[in-house]
Amino acid sequence: MTTYVLRRVLLMVPTLFVIASLTFVLMRLAPGGPFMSEKEIPAKAKAELLKRYGLDRPLHEQYVAFLGNTLRLDFGPSYKYPDRQVRDIILEGFSVSAELGAWALALALVLGVPIGTIAAVRQNRPADHAAMFMALAGVSIPNFVLGPALVLAFALTLLWLPAGLWTGPASRIMPVLALSLSYVAYIARLTRAGMLEVLRQDYIRTARAKGLAEHVVVVKHALKLGILPVISYLGPAAARIIMGSIVIEQIFAIPGLGRYLVVGATNRDYTLVMGVVLFYASFLLVLNLLVDVAYSWLDPRVELA
Amino acid sequence: MSIGLRPPASVLAASAPARPPRSLWSDAWARLRRNRMAVSAAVFLVVMGTLATFAPWLPGLPDPALQDLAKGASPPTFAHVFGTDELGRDLLARVLHGGRISLLVGLVGTLVSLLIGVTWGAVAGYVGGRADDVMMRVVDVLYALPYLFLVILLLVFFSRSLVMLFVALGLVQWLTMARIVRGQVLSLKHQAFVEAARALGATDAAIIFRHIVPNTLGPVIVYTTLTVPAVILQEAFLSFLGLGVQPPNASWGTLVSDGARLLALFPWLVTFPGLAMSLTLLAFNFLGDGLRDALDPQGRKEGGA
Repeated sequence: MTTYVLRRVLLMVPTLFVIASLTFVLMRLAPGGPFMSEKEIPAKAKAELLKRYGLDRPLHEQYVAFLGNTLRLDFGPSYKYPDRQVRDIILEGFSVSAELGAWALALALVLGVPIGTIAAVRQNRPADHAAMFMALAGVSIPNFVLGPALVLAFALTLLWLPAGLWTGPASRIMPVLALSLSYVAYIARLTRAGMLEVLRQDYIRTARAKGLAEHVVVVKHALKLGILPVISYLGPAAARIIMGSIVIEQIFAIPGLGRYLVVGATNRDYTLVMGVVLFYASFLLVLNLLVDVAYSWLDPRVELA
Repeated sequence: MSIGLRPPASVLAASAPARPPRSLWSDAWARLRRNRMAVSAAVFLVVMGTLATFAPWLPGLPDPALQDLAKGASPPTFAHVFGTDELGRDLLARVLHGGRISLLVGLVGTLVSLLIGVTWGAVAGYVGGRADDVMMRVVDVLYALPYLFLVILLLVFFSRSLVMLFVALGLVQWLTMARIVRGQVLSLKHQAFVEAARALGATDAAIIFRHIVPNTLGPVIVYTTLTVPAVILQEAFLSFLGLGVQPPNASWGTLVSDGARLLALFPWLVTFPGLAMSLTLLAFNFLGDGLRDALDPQGRKEGGA
C-alpha cells in the first residue's frame, strides 16, 4: 500500500510537469499579449511592464523560472489586478469554492445513495420508476438553468432566500442545491445499478437465509459493495463539481475561485488563468489518488498495483 | 409458407404467428418502439431539429438579429410568443437560431470524438500487445487530466472560433469512446468471421474498418446518443464563461447566460432558452437510455447507470 501511494505520488510529478509545460507553451504561442490594449502604451512604460512580469528575459530562462515559481505556488502578480499576487487570489477564492463544493458533494451523497438504494430494492415498481425518471430529469437540467430558476422562485417571487452573495447560512442554500442536483441524480443512478448487481449475489442470499432483517442485509451487507461505483465516480464528480461551481459562483455572485477564473478568462489575465488551472489540476490529481486508495480500502478484492 | 422451418410452438405462442426471423436490428427496433418515453424523445428531437435547422427559412419567423429598441423587452405576446429581449429582438427566433448552433456544435463535436475514439480504440484493440499498452496508457493519462481546463486555456489564448470549439470539445470526449470500442474489438477479433476475412486476404485496415467496427455499432450508437447532450452542455458551459460561441452568433448557452443577468427584470429571457435546452438534453438522455435497453437486453436487467 505504502509503495503504491509513493509510486502514484511519483507519477504525479511528470503529469504535473507536462501540464505546466503545456500551459507555458500555450501561453507563449498565444497571439497578442496581455498588454496589447487598444490604447498605445508608451515604449518606456511597456518595457517597464515586461520587466515586471519577467517577459524581457530569454525564453528558456523564463521557462525555468516559471517551473520553479510554479513549484512554490508562486504565479506572479495578476495582470488584471496588478497589486495582487495570483497565489493570494487562489488561496482566498479556494476557501470559498471548497466550502461550496464540499457541501454540494455531501448533499449529493446524502440524498443520492438512499434514493438509489430504495430504487434498487423496489426494482421495477412505481418507486423505482419515479426515482429513475427524476434522476434522468435531474441529469438533464444544466446547473446554469437550475440556478436562475431557483433565484426566480425563492428569491424574487417568494422572497425567502437572498438572491446571491456568500454572507450567511441562508445564502448557502440555493448555490449548494443548484450545484448538487445533477450529482444527486447521477449518484442515485450509479447506486441503483451497483446495488442491483450486488443484491443478486450469493452472499446476500446467505445473509437472508441466516434470517437477518432485510434492512440489515441491504444496509450492512449489500451497500458496502453496492456503493463502489459511487466511490469510483467521486474523482470525476469532484472535477465536475469544480467546473460547475465556476458557473454557480457567477450566477450567485460568490467570490470563489471560479469567479476569478471567469474574470481572468474574459480579460486574458494569463497569469491568473494559468495559476487557477494549474492549481485545480494538481488538486484533482491528489483527489483521484485519495479516491483510488479509498476504493481499495472498501473492496479488498481490488489489488493496488 | 413452409412448415418445416417453423420455430417451436412455445416461441410462437408469445409472438405473432409466422414472424420472419429477426436480426439484432429489427429486434432492437421493435423493443425501442415499445418504449414510449424513448419514442416521444425521438419525436421531440426530430421536431426540434427540424425547426432549428430550417429556422432561417421559417415563414413568419422574424430575423433574430432584428432590433426594435423602441419596443425593448416585452413579455410573451401573440406577436412574439416567447417575448422579446432588451434590444427588442424576437426571443422565439433567437431560441431556434440558438438551437441551430447548439445542435450543430453537439453533433460536430460528437463526430470528432467518434472519429478519434473509434479509430483509436479499434486499432489498439486489434493490434494488441505493446501498441495496445501504449495507446491505452495515453488514454489513462489523459483521463487523469482535467481536460476542460486545457480547453479553457486553448480558448483564452487562441481564437474563439466555431472550428476551435468543435475541435476542443471533440478532443475532450473521445476517451470513453476509445475504451468502449477497444473492449468490443478485443472480444470480436478472435471470432471466426475475422479469421475468414483474413483467410480471404483482407488487409488489417479492411478487417478493422469493414468487419470489426460495424460489429461494435450497438454500444457506439448508445454512447454517441449520450455524448451529444454532454457536448451541448459543455458548449453551453464555455459560452457561459464567454469563451464559447461569440456574438452575433448565439447558442442556448449564451442565451441562458445573457438571460440570467437580466433575471430580476425579464425572467422570460432565461425561462424559454433554459426550457428548450433542458428538454432537448432530457430527450437525448431518454433516447440514449431507450437505445441501450433496446440494443443490450442483458444490460437492461442490470439497470446500468
